[in-house]
Amino acid sequence: MAERASLWQRLRPQRGAMIGLWVLALLVVFVLLGPWLWRIAPTHIDIRARNQGLSWAHPLGTDQLGRDMMARLMAGGRISLAVAMAVMPITLGLGGLVGLLAGYFRRLDGVLMRLTELFLALPLLPLLLLMVTLFREPLARHLGPPGGSFVLIVLAIGLTSWMAVARILRGEVLALKERGFIEAARAIGTRPGAMLWRHVLPNVASPVVVAATLGMATAITTESALSFLGLGFPPDYPTLGRLLHDAMDQMQQYPLRALLPGLMIAVTVLAVNAVGEGLREALDPRSGSR
Amino acid sequence: MLNLALRRLAMAVPTLLCISLVIFLLLEAAPGDPLGEMPLTVPPEVKERMRAALGVGEPWPLRYLLFLKQFFWVEPLHWLDRLLGTDFGAGQQRLISYQSRAPVFDVIAERLPQTLAVVGLSYLLGVLVALPVAILSARHPQGWFDRIAGSLAMLGYSLPTFLTGLVLIWVLAIWLKWLPSVYDTTLRVTDWASLLRQLRQMAMPVAVLTLYNAAQISRYLRAAMLDNLRQDHVRTARAKGLGEGAVLCRHVLRNSLSSMVTVIALGLPTVFGGAIITEQLFKVNGLGQLLILAINAHDLPMVMALTFVFALLIVLCTLLADLLYGMLDPRIRHG
Repeated sequence: MAERASLWQRLRPQRGAMIGLWVLALLVVFVLLGPWLWRIAPTHIDIRARNQGLSWAHPLGTDQLGRDMMARLMAGGRISLAVAMAVMPITLGLGGLVGLLAGYFRRLDGVLMRLTELFLALPLLPLLLLMVTLFREPLARHLGPPGGSFVLIVLAIGLTSWMAVARILRGEVLALKERGFIEAARAIGTRPGAMLWRHVLPNVASPVVVAATLGMATAITTESALSFLGLGFPPDYPTLGRLLHDAMDQMQQYPLRALLPGLMIAVTVLAVNAVGEGLREALDPRSGSR
Repeated sequence: MLNLALRRLAMAVPTLLCISLVIFLLLEAAPGDPLGEMPLTVPPEVKERMRAALGVGEPWPLRYLLFLKQFFWVEPLHWLDRLLGTDFGAGQQRLISYQSRAPVFDVIAERLPQTLAVVGLSYLLGVLVALPVAILSARHPQGWFDRIAGSLAMLGYSLPTFLTGLVLIWVLAIWLKWLPSVYDTTLRVTDWASLLRQLRQMAMPVAVLTLYNAAQISRYLRAAMLDNLRQDHVRTARAKGLGEGAVLCRHVLRNSLSSMVTVIALGLPTVFGGAIITEQLFKVNGLGQLLILAINAHDLPMVMALTFVFALLIVLCTLLADLLYGMLDPRIRHG
C-alpha cells in the first residue's frame, strides 16, 4: 500500500500525466456509462434522419444511414479500449517471459535476442493484414463474427508487439544481476524460479509498467489502422477506425463525421502516451535528482 | 569496410530465410489450402503448372523449398533473362496474380518506384527538419524551443498516420483547396508544369510520413546530443574558446549522427507500414495500395509476394543503414 501511495505522490506533480489521466477517466465514463444514459442503439437505422448535423435529437449528428453518431462513438471507443486492455497482458506475458529469460540465463540470451531482432525486422502491418485475411472466416465460424474478430485482432496485435517490453526487461535484468542482494540471494541457495519471482520481478516492475502503458497506445493505433483499412472488425460493427473508414467517401460533404472518430482516437492515444511518459518520469530514479 | 559489409550480408540472409519461413508457416497454419484454391478465371493449364510449381499435395518442407525457389531462383533467373536476353528461366512457372493473371513480380516492379519515392523523400525531408530542431533543442534543454519541439514531436509520433493524413486532406485540400486530395496515377512527368503537378500531388503523402520521421529522429538526436554534451572533449572544446555553435556542430553533432542511423533503421517497419496507410488514404498507386487490393480480392500469391517484398525492403534498408553506420563510426567498422 505504501508503494502505491508513493507512486501516486510521484505522479502528482507530472502535469501532462495528470491531464492524461483525467482525459482517460472522462473517456472511460463516456464509453462505459454513456450507453446507459444515451439509449439509442449504435446500429439503429433511421433512414429518414440520415446525414444530419448537430441537433438535440442527435448531439453529434447521424451517418449516411441515419445511425446516431454519439452512440456509435461510444460503442467504437469501448471496443478500442477493450482491445488495448486485452492486448496488454499478451504483450506483457510474452515480452516479460522473453526478456526475463534472456536477461537472466546467459545461455538463452543469444537465441532469444536474435528472435526479438527478427520480429523487429518483420513487416508488421503486411503480416497483420495477412493474418487477419487468412484466419478471419474460420474464427468467425467458431466464435461468431464479432467474437472471432476480437480474438483474432487481439492475438495478432499481441504476437507482434512484445519486442519492446522484452528488450527493456532484458536490459533491466542484466543490470539487476550485478546487484548485491541478488548475489546474496544466490549465495543462500535460492532457486532460479524463486529468484526471478521474488527478487527480480518486483524490481523491474516500473519499466514494465511504462512499457505496458505505451504499448496500449500502440495497440489502439494498430487496431484503428486495421479497421481503417477495412480489415478489422466486420463492417456493421462500429469501431473508431471503422467509423473513419466509412466516413472517408463523403469526407467532402460531411467532414465532421470523419473528424469526430479521428479526434477521439487522437485524444485517447495522446492521453495514454502522456500517462506513460509521466510514469516514466515518476518511476525513473535518475529523473528525481534533476 | 568490405569485411563489415560481408559480415552484415551474412546476417541478412538468415534473417530473410526466417522471415520467409514465418510467412510460409502462416499460410500453412490457415485452414484449407489458401494457395491451392484458385479462382475459376485462371485457365486449367496455368492452374496445373501453378500447382506443380507450389507443390500442392506434397509434404510441407518440400513445399517450403519450392516456395523459396520461387523467390530466390525462378524470379532472379527471369530478371536476368530480361536483362541479358537469355532464356535460363524458360519453362519455369512464375507466381501469377489471380486478379490480373500477370506474373506478380512484374506488377510489383511497376509499383515499387512510387513507394520508394514516398518513403525515401519522407526520410530525406525528415532528416532535414530534424537536424536543426535537434541542434536548437539541445542548445537550451528545457528552454521554450525545446518544450515546444518536444510537444510537437510527441504529437508527431503518437498520432497515427491515417489521422495526420486526414487532417491534412481536410485543411489543405477541402478547406483551403491548395492541393489535390487524390493522386493522379496517369500523370507522366514530361515538362516543368507536369513536374510541378507531380510534386504537388506528392506533397501530402510525403508530409504525413515526414512528420512522423522528423518527430522520431529529432527526439533521438536531441537525446544523443545531450549525452555527448557531457563528454570531456566538449569541455575541452569550450575551454579552448570555441563558440557554442561550433562546439555543437563540429564536436557534438558529428558524434551524435551515428545514432540517427540506428533510429532510421529501427523505424523502417513502421514507416513502410505507414506508407501502406498513406497510399491507401491518398490513393497513390504504390505497393501498399496493391496489397490492400490483393487482400480484398483474395489474391494470395500477390499478398504473399508483397509481404515478402516488404520484408526484403526492410532488410535491405537496414543493411544500408548498418553500412552507413560503419562508415560514420570507425569503432563499428573495426570492432
